[in-house]
Amino acid sequence: MSTFEKVRDIVVEQLGVEADEVALESTFIDDLGADSLDIVELIMAFEEEFNIEIPDEAAEKIKSVQDVVTYIDQNK
Amino acid sequence: MLLDGKVALVTGASRGIGRAIALRLAEEGAKVAINYAGNTARAEEVRKEIESRGGEALLVQADISDSKAVETMVSQVAERFGQIDILVNNAGITRDGLLMRMKEEDFDAVIDTNLRGVFYCTKAVSKLMMKKRSGRIVNMASVVGLTGNAGQTNYAAAKAGVVGFSKSAARELASRGITVNAVAPGFIDTDMTAAMTDKAREATLANIPLKRMGRPEDVANAVLFLVSDQAAYITGQVVNVDGGMVM
Repeated sequence: MSTFEKVRDIVVEQLGVEADEVALESTFIDDLGADSLDIVELIMAFEEEFNIEIPDEAAEKIKSVQDVVTYIDQNK
Repeated sequence: MLLDGKVALVTGASRGIGRAIALRLAEEGAKVAINYAGNTARAEEVRKEIESRGGEALLVQADISDSKAVETMVSQVAERFGQIDILVNNAGITRDGLLMRMKEEDFDAVIDTNLRGVFYCTKAVSKLMMKKRSGRIVNMASVVGLTGNAGQTNYAAAKAGVVGFSKSAARELASRGITVNAVAPGFIDTDMTAAMTDKAREATLANIPLKRMGRPEDVANAVLFLVSDQAAYITGQVVNVDGGMVM
């Protein structure tokens, strides 16, 4: 599975959206209906799945699925 | 029964109010994890008492002022029971003394267990509750945290802190179906109040409209209500169990 597919699966599970709603350019808050607590939960799920630490400064910059995929690919 | 199928973690459950809470929740069908800091023999008695009545209990030793120990404890409980539906942050200590003579370590020890411990336990358990989209958290405050008490600047500060913490956590976690409330016991008959002088005891009793000390069971009943489904619409509140001492 590609990083995007893994990220998409986590987003689907956490936010209860359909897989085809999740595109690279989707933003978590505006497009996928996440709130601030959802973002925290998502970050924690990404950290667990990819075995990385996403520091707060980086987490704050994450707005879209693309942001997450880029961050993970650069830091794993 | 009110708590069939639920799992509860009660900190400081080897004696006093915590023990009464553990027994009461178990009586209503909850599986109970009994946290204790050092008194294995007393904690073991609570476990046996629950099991003798057909309940299920687990002992988990941990100093809650140690975040690593708290994380280990929470994983132990989740591993054994599969979930945690109810957290009762009850563990607390006193190191009384007048402000002018209070040592830094006595101030810190009380803040570390009574306030920091609530933070660590709530943080660790709320992760599980958020995933489940439900949970009940009850934090033990004290009327002293509302009124202040000479000789207890440390304890009152920690307990007032618990009230602010509970209200903030209630706001953060409400959207996930998790309620957070505080219970503020007054003058309850436990080891903690047994240390008072007769004179101090009489003076305190004079200010209690219901004219008696509270029993640990009085507090446990309030906690039971708040962790049950019947209190689903109550969050961010402080419930005094004090015979009317503070109104």
